[in-house]
Amino acid sequence: MVKGTSKQKLVQLYRQMLRIRFCEESFIDPILQSIIKCPVHLCTGQEAVAVGVCSALEKNDYIFGNHRSHGHYLAKGGDLNKMVAEVYCRVSGCAKGRGGSMHLRDVSVGMLGSAPIVAGTISLALGAALAVKIKREKKVVVSFFGDGAAGEGVLYEALNFAALKKLPIIFACENNLYSTHMSIKECRVSKNIFEIAKPFSIKTWQVDGNNIFKIVEKAKNAVSLCRRGEGPVFLEFLTYRLHGHVGPDDNIQGTHTDIRPLEEINRWLKKDPVLLLKNYLLNKNVVSKSKLRFLETGVDREIKKAHKLALASSFPKKSELNKYLYD
Amino acid sequence: MIKKRQLPFSLAINEALDLMMAKDKRVFVIGQGVKSPWYVGNTTRGLLKKYGEQRIIDTPVSENAITGCGVGAAIAGMRPVIVHPRVDFLMYGLDPIINQAANWNYMFGGDAPVSVVFWLIVNRGGEQGAQHSQALHALFSHIPGLKVVMPSNPYDAKGLLISAIEDNNPVVYIDDRWLYNTSCFVPEGIYRVPIGKAVVRKKGKDITIAALSCMVKEALIAADSLRKEGISAEIIDLRSAKPLDRETIFTSVKKTGRLIVVDNGWLTCGLSAEVSALVSEKLFKYLKSAVQRIALPDLPAPASRTLEKAYYPGATLIVKNVKQMLRKGK
Repeated sequence: MVKGTSKQKLVQLYRQMLRIRFCEESFIDPILQSIIKCPVHLCTGQEAVAVGVCSALEKNDYIFGNHRSHGHYLAKGGDLNKMVAEVYCRVSGCAKGRGGSMHLRDVSVGMLGSAPIVAGTISLALGAALAVKIKREKKVVVSFFGDGAAGEGVLYEALNFAALKKLPIIFACENNLYSTHMSIKECRVSKNIFEIAKPFSIKTWQVDGNNIFKIVEKAKNAVSLCRRGEGPVFLEFLTYRLHGHVGPDDNIQGTHTDIRPLEEINRWLKKDPVLLLKNYLLNKNVVSKSKLRFLETGVDREIKKAHKLALASSFPKKSELNKYLYD
Repeated sequence: MIKKRQLPFSLAINEALDLMMAKDKRVFVIGQGVKSPWYVGNTTRGLLKKYGEQRIIDTPVSENAITGCGVGAAIAGMRPVIVHPRVDFLMYGLDPIINQAANWNYMFGGDAPVSVVFWLIVNRGGEQGAQHSQALHALFSHIPGLKVVMPSNPYDAKGLLISAIEDNNPVVYIDDRWLYNTSCFVPEGIYRVPIGKAVVRKKGKDITIAALSCMVKEALIAADSLRKEGISAEIIDLRSAKPLDRETIFTSVKKTGRLIVVDNGWLTCGLSAEVSALVSEKLFKYLKSAVQRIALPDLPAPASRTLEKAYYPGATLIVKNVKQMLRKGK
């Protein structure tokens, strides 16, 4: 058993990861049928990062996401029905159909927003951390971004300023080895992204992003450092998305292009974080097969219901086009 | 008679910041040089001592991250004033303004206010050349979700800044270094100049001259000189580039039938083009003459003083154009 993690907690982590997995997979059919039209960046394969990091946070801690943030939103406790409805661009969505899959927000659980401009929300998270410090709160802020963001200048500016002001922020880089279509090898000389934090004297670790135990351990470390005023912290998670950059396959150019080598995909399939945890739970007799099946059925039902609710909800009215421009 | 208190532009801003920081703990100032009078004149005088480094935050040169940092703090419930002492250097920081702050409330379907002020200072003149002098209000006015204000005098500088800080939306507050030494009556305490409301600075009947920021002064000088020749010009200070106060413009143009827009930005796709199009669309039947625009030529700002003189429009050009328009109208 993993130190400090109860059986119940392990099952909880598994349930959350499975919920994200099922949710992501549930979008595939409606996408292929063009019922869902907005760009959807599935996080299948990366569930452990979202769940592991958020498990170390309190409800009122803040997170910011990016284009691939279904997992972040759900792991932080965001309302499932509202998220699914938003992906369908319906009025009952978390952004009332104005945002779509890339704009998720649930302030009630500290999910302050996701946005697809690469590295665009890093400075926003920096600002939230500054706000926390000015208000003398004990909150921690997590900025989720991908390996592609390591090519953006603002990340380095933010690292410097966060270090300078000792802000309670965790820079959580999900390195899935591809910046849209481009392999990390073509993007940078060193594949170790976590090293970029070193010149700023920021504590930084590279973590197996498919191993929930290691993620939880490092996330807990990082959160308590930030809570003690010893932030910021940089965490690089090595992981892999099991679908393409956007939509269910790698087919992002309009014609079929297998961007990633099949052999590489198969290698990572064996490291599927949901499967790894499931096998662990069964092998260590943490939970029985029948209990797991029961859990799966429950999650499946919850997600099907979310789709039903979303489809029953209406699209925003044309007459409300002007709504929400200003507060 | 009690002499009304006069305050220079820079101290009017200083007072607005001071009052708002004292009133509301969520207000803080962040940006390059806020500790240094060399950067921001007297605008932040005494604030560091009074409010400390937690709320008067001088920053390294990282425009993108710092602008985003302000926006993020606003998203987390603060009311920051982000200062860029030279607009030109902000270009690295457009993403948090245009992509994030401006869109935020809309793209999350409301309940996502970003109450932030982007305070941008234009530093034209003084042979500073092309990258120290750009007036980019047209760029920001183009963006849905932003409000853009440009005070022309110390009274408005204070009142508009207070309104901007209190606004729940991102407000781009652009002032001009040319105005920093001007003084006028500035009341003590908190008062507001409404955003999106223009004002008639001088009543007239022959022609409307709509201007903003430092061009209001030039328009008033021009009006004085025109009066001596029997021409009565009405001067409108737009005060907000966005939202534009159509009502005040329309009321005036309906009366005079003539409009010259004087802008301190560039001509093409500029604010003067917007006002001109608006009036041509809505008030065509009232117009005795085509709307005219006076703006910066579509050129980068030159350094040399001789070229600067040719580059920046002023009262003389306004007078010349008004007379030409009236002659043609006869």
